[in-house]
Amino acid sequence: MNNDIKKIIVDQSLTLDCGKIIKDFSVAYETYGNLNKSKSNAILAFHALTGDQFVTNINPVTKKEGWWKFAVGPGKAIDTNKYFVICANVLGGCMGSFGPKEINPETNKVFGTTFPVITIKDMVKAQKFLIDSLGIKKLLAVVGGSMGGMQVLQFVSLYPDMSYSAIPIACSASHSAQNIALNELGRQAIMADPNWKKEDSIPSKGLAVARMAAHITYLSKQGLQEKFGRKLQDKGSLKFSFDADFQIESYLRYQGATFVDRFDANSYLYITRAMDYFDLEKQFNGNLSLAFENTKSKFCIISFSSDWLYPTNENKEIVIALNACGANVGFVEINSDKGHDSFLLNVPEFLKTLSEFINSTYNEINNEKRI
Amino acid sequence: MKKEFKIIAQIIQNNKRVLDIGCGDGTLMEYLKVNQKNDVRGLEPEKNLVQECIAKGLSVIEGDAEKELIQFPEKSFDYVVLSQTLQAFLNPEEVLNQLLRIGKQTIVTIPNFGYWKIRLHLLFKGTMPVTKNIPYDWYNTPNLHMCTIQDFVNFCDKKNIKIDQSMCLTNEKISEITLTNMRYKNIFSQLGVFLIK
Repeated sequence: MNNDIKKIIVDQSLTLDCGKIIKDFSVAYETYGNLNKSKSNAILAFHALTGDQFVTNINPVTKKEGWWKFAVGPGKAIDTNKYFVICANVLGGCMGSFGPKEINPETNKVFGTTFPVITIKDMVKAQKFLIDSLGIKKLLAVVGGSMGGMQVLQFVSLYPDMSYSAIPIACSASHSAQNIALNELGRQAIMADPNWKKEDSIPSKGLAVARMAAHITYLSKQGLQEKFGRKLQDKGSLKFSFDADFQIESYLRYQGATFVDRFDANSYLYITRAMDYFDLEKQFNGNLSLAFENTKSKFCIISFSSDWLYPTNENKEIVIALNACGANVGFVEINSDKGHDSFLLNVPEFLKTLSEFINSTYNEINNEKRI
Repeated sequence: MKKEFKIIAQIIQNNKRVLDIGCGDGTLMEYLKVNQKNDVRGLEPEKNLVQECIAKGLSVIEGDAEKELIQFPEKSFDYVVLSQTLQAFLNPEEVLNQLLRIGKQTIVTIPNFGYWKIRLHLLFKGTMPVTKNIPYDWYNTPNLHMCTIQDFVNFCDKKNIKIDQSMCLTNEKISEITLTNMRYKNIFSQLGVFLIK
């Protein structure tokens, strides 16, 4: 594949939640900034459903800017002049990590839907191999929004003493019925595409529809109304056809069309499934607090006022569970009309909180007292 | 740091777990954390103040004490601090019950409505008192349940709440409230500080 993609090949075996054992699988990753001598400035960022390891700068494969360009970079909230940021493509992804787009060595064919069903826990375990291979014993922070936030929660639960701090953003400890429903909608759109499962053809129509539907859920009603309202694409009048009359239609079509160029339909199926299966509470027999019982991390939980996909109350469930076990937790809901996508966008209050929390944690572990 | 916080900090022993309800910008929390090695948490309803606290590295949760306190387990903190906020709750009695449940000990401070200037204001001006410590008009005050030092002591008595320490602040001077000087302190103090359980 692409020379711009760094990867490790994990030669140890990993037993997936589904029972299958994988070995010699790849974890593709990217890093930004420099790891200091004491290896105490490493931050592991987890990407969301359609993200990849290219957090910031120009993505060498898609030639577009990284998904977290507002938050990560020199002088930004997560300052790469100061911190070493690591991000890996999740298991099941399509940017170089072991996923359905890869060739199955046993059949010499693309895995497609013969790929094993993976979970958030599997993704996190795969990334632990990467952190080990980089020789990092303890991370400064694990951070991520949406599905990235789920991975943060799973990570601290699996490895309670591997990160000084944890920042789950706009996420949930167990995927809600509404979110499962929305993911199912996307999957059905892909599976209804006549090109799906046909070899050498890409089910781009279905994937585009899935993306369009999902994209709506990332925004807020107010945000959409303000940005698009009922504005028409061509200033004239309605065309009395099913062309994209309204700007919002055209915008969504564009989102769908550009997405299929960079994403694999089967990856979309597998990753949404992993999100649906995520139920940290159930992993601990219905008591979410037990997931964090041994955690040594300091938490900062952030939600957004207009996020209806992972609303504040679901984020607060995590806060409540952390408080119930006496963990070190801070929480703030950021006012934003940009919906769930707020964590990816230029929302100054959010970026400020993110930056200050990480900096204060860094100062604390380096014993810089300020009083 | 204001005198009131100094009294509170003196009461709190080092290396203890403290929950500061309505922690504001985190001044007291930061002092306790740095100078007394306390393990501190805060609860604050104002977003911008929560953000300020997080910036200082303080673990503060955005939320309203009347709704959020139930999530904390019984006796999960050595001290719970409530500074000049009890009078602002819709149901101060219920909040107090929660504080006593969560904390092994609770520190409550109250602006004293029995302070002589307040009494004279009402007596001579015949309008709701507006003072330096209680700077609101009747129509915009967040203080729904004002009480006096005597009221609070009576309340604790009635509810079988044990008062371990009671102090007051008179023109920036700290003194102890005793049974014998209670009537006097209730007239001349602006603030009462109680350690209860």
